[in-house]
Amino acid sequence: MLSRHADNLFWLARYVERAENTARLVEAATRLSATPVPYDDGKNEWEMAVAGTGTLDLFRKAHGTEANARNVVDHLAFSAANPSSIRQCLDIARFNARSVRTALTMDMWETINSGWMETRGVTSANLSRQDLSDYLSKVKEISLRFDGSAYRTMLRNDAYYFLRLGTYIERADFTARVLALKADVLDPNRPSAGGSFDYFQWSWILRSLSALTSYHWVYRDNLKPNLVGEFLILRAEMPRSLVSCYENITLFLDSLSRDYGRQGTAQRKARVTLGQLQGTSMADLFRMGLSNFLNDFLVENSTLGSAIAEQYLG
Amino acid sequence: MAAFDEMYGMGDTARPAYRTIKSWLDQSDPENLKRRQKEAEFLFRRVGITFAVYGDAEAEERIIPFDIVPRVLTSSEWGTLHKGLVQRVTALNRFLTDVYSGGDIVRAGIVPEDLVYQNPSFRPEMVGVKLPHNIYTQIAGIDVIRTDDKDFYVLEDNARTPSGVSYMLENRDVQMRLFPDLFAETRIQPVENYPDELLATLKSVAPLTSPSEPTVVLMTPGPLNSAYYEHSFLADKLGVELVEGRDLFVMDQIVYMRTTRGPKRVDVIYRRIDDDFLDPMVFRPDSVLGVPGLISAYRAGNVTLANAVGTGVADDKAIYTYMPEIVKFYLGEEPILKNVPTWRCREPDALKYVLEHLGELVVKEVQGSGGYGMLVGPKSTKEQIDAFRDKLKAHPDNFIAQPTLALSTSPTFVGEGIAPRHVDLRPFVLSGADKVRIVPGGLTRVALKEGSLVVNSSQGGGTKDTWIIEDPE
Repeated sequence: MLSRHADNLFWLARYVERAENTARLVEAATRLSATPVPYDDGKNEWEMAVAGTGTLDLFRKAHGTEANARNVVDHLAFSAANPSSIRQCLDIARFNARSVRTALTMDMWETINSGWMETRGVTSANLSRQDLSDYLSKVKEISLRFDGSAYRTMLRNDAYYFLRLGTYIERADFTARVLALKADVLDPNRPSAGGSFDYFQWSWILRSLSALTSYHWVYRDNLKPNLVGEFLILRAEMPRSLVSCYENITLFLDSLSRDYGRQGTAQRKARVTLGQLQGTSMADLFRMGLSNFLNDFLVENSTLGSAIAEQYLG
Repeated sequence: MAAFDEMYGMGDTARPAYRTIKSWLDQSDPENLKRRQKEAEFLFRRVGITFAVYGDAEAEERIIPFDIVPRVLTSSEWGTLHKGLVQRVTALNRFLTDVYSGGDIVRAGIVPEDLVYQNPSFRPEMVGVKLPHNIYTQIAGIDVIRTDDKDFYVLEDNARTPSGVSYMLENRDVQMRLFPDLFAETRIQPVENYPDELLATLKSVAPLTSPSEPTVVLMTPGPLNSAYYEHSFLADKLGVELVEGRDLFVMDQIVYMRTTRGPKRVDVIYRRIDDDFLDPMVFRPDSVLGVPGLISAYRAGNVTLANAVGTGVADDKAIYTYMPEIVKFYLGEEPILKNVPTWRCREPDALKYVLEHLGELVVKEVQGSGGYGMLVGPKSTKEQIDAFRDKLKAHPDNFIAQPTLALSTSPTFVGEGIAPRHVDLRPFVLSGADKVRIVPGGLTRVALKEGSLVVNSSQGGGTKDTWIIEDPE
């Protein structure tokens, strides 16, 4: 397929995934802000949501240090100044989808196009809690329908592989970013802050990654910091865990190299990362420092994205 | 001016071809029709069948209004039209072959030399280039109108990059979705095989040295182009890559596209981009849409461009006036499709007549298209006519004039009910190495404004599904 189309598909999937992730972050923050329990570690839930998208500097430039429901929702959901706001993600996704119409099935295109049309009229002005909640549901629905129609209607060829690679690279990035933000509260050797403070931190992580219910199903236990970390990094059955993302990345890169009859840097890099994730334990990760591990992972993950671009999309 | 109506003729009883439509309309509740019209609009938007209007930033993406009342022609009417179209396009291809080789028609004194060789669309680069099978305009759109139940007139030949075929296909789709019952009652010739016919045509004109399964691509200026939807739609239906200039490169006079597996050779380019933008080394140096070296690969015979470079010289409105003579000259036949009587303003007698009758005539720019820059005398104010008179006097060569024809009308759903609106028809004529293919029907365009004769989508025109049905008893 055309390199430009592969590039468009890769980024289309990334932006759809990013829109959904951002919607989940805003939902988690809304929920936390409605919690009566006082807690304070210097950052409120709104600032955490911004940090989760990696756009804190940009946010402060526009809004100063005061983060509240109004300016964060505007920044994350609607702002034209934030290239990762949901609005921008959907705009770019649709533009990319238009550019690769021929590589998308009708169902995928209609999902993106009608979702874009249905959401573009919503603005932060006079937005009630209910409106916001509807909007975020709609955004998640676009992503889920897009994902589902890709799964159900696309040919299993290179177009599908590039699309999936975009999804999983973006997803791994997001999971690692959210974890890195809270790496300190996940360390089991850290003195407990006591009360419900820790609990809210842990549940915020899980909620931002839609992992709270599934955590209980896997562990049948109350929240424990090392288990939260394990669940989101090392458990293959958790579809947002780093190891699960890398199983998929490796799978789709291998499918590409099989179809194309040759492999390169991207395949080797992905396999190395997957090997590391499969060969480690939470104890190892805490020994080397969870924060260091996650920051290294974020760099490696982004380098893999560049390697894929170099190898196929140039 | 009373116009021939496709449903009622000149009287008030339905013509046989329209019996089904008439009884359907009589039985339909206007509220229901209105709902269906809305539903159609929704379907078009969701699928993304939009177009951009140049110079209208507000409406970056609009849909062309779709009218739910089909336009009907009988098989025998279509039979005549079909023959006439084959004849006309064959003559166009012969003419193009001739003007880029010997120029017999000029030397025979049929078409004035300057109209050909001084024509801004004439491409000297093409002189002496041998094209496979001598086909220049593989895809032509011929705009025809009728003024009674007998004759079809050609209004315009589009031999460069005619658009609209995606609407022909989508209109049928939407019509069937909205009114399945209508299709159960009438046998309508299908149009859905158009992409297959187009692909067969494109493959047949591949360079003679190409492999037996040539690689075909569709080249677009990109998503900002007004017809981008159509480009992606067609590429999808054809199953070929939709490329932009930056996806292609030329090495040793061979054209390649950049793919995820490395360079892949391209044999046929169905290009929906004007000559001027194809190759910055030959045409506009400031164009970023094109492919440097493309024309050298083309001249070397290593790639086919469809349509060929330089076809614009044949669809110019000045050349149009010579089409009856052109048909006779190359084919030795009487033209089956008539030309609309036309005054060439470059001729002093004609100019004098036109200036005296501006209020009754339609005056068009020779190089114009899309309904821009024309004067419709009877619909214009005195000021508009006076302003146009000055333009015309300054550059008479740039204009032709035609009588204001009573384009036929067709029943159309407007607001609250059904009313007659003027229509034309653009059939798409595919010329391959083996034969000429025409999918029965074409795109019916309708002027939605009451009394308007301008059907162009950029000027408030809409479209209709076009039916070719069996001759009624």
